[in-house]
Amino acid sequence: MADKNRPDGTGETGRGKQHEADIRDDDLERRRRDLEASLATRRPDRLEGKDDAKAGSMAGYGQALKLSSEFIAGVVVGAGIGWIIDRLAGTSPWGLIVFLLLGFGAGVLNVMRSAGVVAEFGQGDNSRRDQDDKK
Amino acid sequence: MAADKVDPIHQFHINKLIPIEIGGYDLSFTNSALFMVATVVVAAAFLFLTTSSRSLVPGRLQSVSEMAYEFVGNMLRDAAGTQGMKFFPFVFSLFMFVLVANLLGLFPYFFTITSHIIVTFGLAALVIGTVVVYGFMKHGFGFLKLFVPHGVPVFLLPLVVLIEVISFVSRPVSLSVRLFANMLAGHITLKVFSGFVVSLSALGAVGVAGSVLPLAMAVALTALELLVAFLQAYVFAVLTCMYLNDALHPGH
Repeated sequence: MADKNRPDGTGETGRGKQHEADIRDDDLERRRRDLEASLATRRPDRLEGKDDAKAGSMAGYGQALKLSSEFIAGVVVGAGIGWIIDRLAGTSPWGLIVFLLLGFGAGVLNVMRSAGVVAEFGQGDNSRRDQDDKK
Repeated sequence: MAADKVDPIHQFHINKLIPIEIGGYDLSFTNSALFMVATVVVAAAFLFLTTSSRSLVPGRLQSVSEMAYEFVGNMLRDAAGTQGMKFFPFVFSLFMFVLVANLLGLFPYFFTITSHIIVTFGLAALVIGTVVVYGFMKHGFGFLKLFVPHGVPVFLLPLVVLIEVISFVSRPVSLSVRLFANMLAGHITLKVFSGFVVSLSALGAVGVAGSVLPLAMAVALTALELLVAFLQAYVFAVLTCMYLNDALHPGH
């Protein structure tokens, strides 16, 4: 792979700067390895998606239903909590307004979480390492 | 005659078979209850009879049972680690119940218990109840760390925790709505297309020729429903495993 890239690197820097080009190749190689490593950590999510795809044409429909149910559940639960708080504390309509908005946020969080964009519950950036520990 | 029989919702009606009333509560044995019993009996009888020979080289049916066992076992081990295997009986029962209930619902004139949201919500509430009770039992108040993500600025924390709590509460709702909506929508579509066949063929020769199209659609939909029955049981079990994982390892 490095040989393929060499003409591009040397073409720009000229004949006298072969050494510098080598360094740049090393740098490129290192960066590509980093990229591959970080892609590999994301791969399990992709594989799960592939399992769904194996199920045939149902995958898109199933995915759509899954994501929409996640979103609607968030909004509905938020509105429900707000309504109950209004009923108990007599703060109508502020509880409903505030918790409907929070529920909207929770719905978006649910969708992003089930799409694998955001880390799971109670996990931050170190979620990958934790998953490795488990195995 | 044929037209008034085509009512896509009729199949979801609950009829009382044996009226029972205890202390003002209606505890009648309904067709829904009958099919729940049938589901449990079919699932238990299948697993019991196919594994009773315990041959080292499994026959066809025994290998089906073993595949189901391995399937759920691997699913749980992947999602919740080896610690999660103490929940295996729970997850396996849930999976078999939902799967057999979905499959039984595919038979004509059978009642689909998973097409009622109260049934699926009951199952989802059981899952979330197990998660909450076990989480508090094992970790005490450390379980609440589940709602506090790492690396969030302090002034944003109350808002984020509120949203996380709502997100957690919405889990049983989305879990139950997904299963219920899939089964309900599938059975209504199936019924509507089968109804087209009946009402078209009542129109004479042209109608009979035209009814081939909805008939083909109904056949295709039946295959699709079979897939959905498996897929939804699988999804239900996988999400159960993921939620149990939260109870076992909250917030690391």
